[in-house]
Amino acid sequence: MPISSHAFGAIEASAYAPEIHAQGLPASKPQALEGKPEQPVAEGAAPLLSLEGIGLAFGGVVALADVDLSVAPGEIRAIIGPNGAGKSSLINVISGVYRADRGRVHLNGARYAQVPTQQLARLGVARTFQNLALFKGLNVLDNVASGIAYRTRSNFAGQILGIGRSRREQADQRGRADQILEFLQLTGVRDRLAGTLPYGLQKRVELARALVAEPRLLLLDEPMAGMTATEKNEMAAYIRAARDRFATTVVLIEHDVGVVMGLSDRIAVLDYGRKIADGAPDEIRNDQRVIDAYLGVASDNEDGAGI
Amino acid sequence: MSAIATELSAAELTKGAGLPKWLAPLLIIAIAYIVVPLTGGSYLFEAILLPFLVLSLAGVGLNILTGYAGQVSLGSAAFMAAGAFAAYNFNLRVEGLPLVASIIISGLVAAAIGIVFGLPSLRLRGFYLAVSTLAAQFFVQWALTKFSWFSNDSASGVIDAPKLSIAGLEFDGAVGRYLFALTVVVVLTFLAHRLVSSQTGRNFIAIRDNETAARIIGIPVLRTKLLAFAISSFIIGVAGVIWAFAYLRTVEPAGFDLDRSFQILFIIIIGGLASIRGAFLGAALIVVFPLALSRLGNFLLGDVFDSGVLDMSQRIVLGALIILFLILEPDGLVALWDRVRRRLLLAWQSS
Repeated sequence: MPISSHAFGAIEASAYAPEIHAQGLPASKPQALEGKPEQPVAEGAAPLLSLEGIGLAFGGVVALADVDLSVAPGEIRAIIGPNGAGKSSLINVISGVYRADRGRVHLNGARYAQVPTQQLARLGVARTFQNLALFKGLNVLDNVASGIAYRTRSNFAGQILGIGRSRREQADQRGRADQILEFLQLTGVRDRLAGTLPYGLQKRVELARALVAEPRLLLLDEPMAGMTATEKNEMAAYIRAARDRFATTVVLIEHDVGVVMGLSDRIAVLDYGRKIADGAPDEIRNDQRVIDAYLGVASDNEDGAGI
Repeated sequence: MSAIATELSAAELTKGAGLPKWLAPLLIIAIAYIVVPLTGGSYLFEAILLPFLVLSLAGVGLNILTGYAGQVSLGSAAFMAAGAFAAYNFNLRVEGLPLVASIIISGLVAAAIGIVFGLPSLRLRGFYLAVSTLAAQFFVQWALTKFSWFSNDSASGVIDAPKLSIAGLEFDGAVGRYLFALTVVVVLTFLAHRLVSSQTGRNFIAIRDNETAARIIGIPVLRTKLLAFAISSFIIGVAGVIWAFAYLRTVEPAGFDLDRSFQILFIIIIGGLASIRGAFLGAALIVVFPLALSRLGNFLLGDVFDSGVLDMSQRIVLGALIILFLILEPDGLVALWDRVRRRLLLAWQSS
């Protein structure tokens, strides 16, 4: 119906052309927008993403308190912490699912109180979810192709009639999806319904759906949760390969400290909604506060004397 | 959820049979156009095939909204009524408007009303949305009864439908009206089939299966939901036109009450959500079942089985049937059908 297509035409007319984001180049400096405050420079390059004093509370429960985080282009940035430390909340703030009570998110040089979720893909951000969020009723190929559905320009009438543009778009999207499937070695399950796949594969399909848009920034919410050690190592290899191939910046949340240490360039540690440490894996491994809060130590009193 | 088993088995079936997918529908359409008009009596057309076709079409429409896009609606009959009355009024008040044009316009009117009553879907989900679509049901019925302008100030509120004619071709008599309804249903069903396998159809499914994920990957959720309401209401509105013009030959608000909305919802639940075929199977069951029950009752119980008993037993059995389906076969008749066909196919291949 023409009514509905025009009523929301404003959404289509984004200032962000998808082509710009399709490149996903780490070297490209984020374009400065007018009225934008100067960013603190981290490690020589302007951060792709930076959080500034993020605070978030649910009722009386403080999920995040005054969290700063900066992510440099091209790095794999891990956020770790015990259960309930606010890791997922942080990802949800970055992707605009939650609106932070305080603080700002700087993304691609623009500053947001709440990141516009509907615009996320056009901003070059893709994410996966802690609990699987695939479309169970679609097959693997269409799930992955849906990751670039936002670029579709043809309307439903053209698609019904099968005019040239809608055909070309569909062929193009499926072609790209096929490339990603091959890259993540999912071609064998291409035509299976997503809901019928084993858990580990579904996680990988979700990664594929996020990657197909060739995002500048990839947010992974516990990409290895519930996996076996072998699967975790595989997934880590895929994440690294994705970063290398698509020059994507990765922010990931993970519980398994061993995998994270090997995978990440820098690690931020959250505890009770506060950032207690931030640095290279080696620094984190030896940080006393991290050890106390999360990594744990062998008890001084191993014999239990006096208890 | 319901789509999973259905689609999978359909894919396997066509692979196993080695026949092109379009062959079966084409065969059915050919039979419906050639064999049925030659062999059927007027009872078959008037009492079975016409309501079956209309309810199937309405089921296809609701299935797009509920089965594919996941938005539950209890307002289907209101959109049928909107379509029927719009077609009647355009036909009456615009001189020389061709029938096809007035059908399309009335579909657009129903679509516009669908968009308005689809607006709550932007904030409400599931059960709450279903209740809010009841507003459409009550409002449209109220408006049509309250303002007699809609029924051309006729005293009874019941008005005769105009003759069906397209480009000088008259669709008179039971067979003519059947062919008219069949053509509309075939065309719209084909378009609906194209839609659900297009990018837009996949967007519907994405929103149904995980709205947050759909929003994050950039599917325009609000626009897509309203589009689902619009397209669904368009199809249901046209079904309303056929109902009034070809089946009942009268236009009256009473036929489009809440019962009708529920009937269409039951059709897609029994037939199979997110399946075009499901709407037809469900409608067949809903239409044939009361007739079969009354024949059976008369045969077994004779005079005791009067219309009161029939009505009561119909409701009881239908209610039981719906509960049974929800428990035993949530994917509907389509899943049942595919399973039986696969068994037969396997048996045939192994023998």
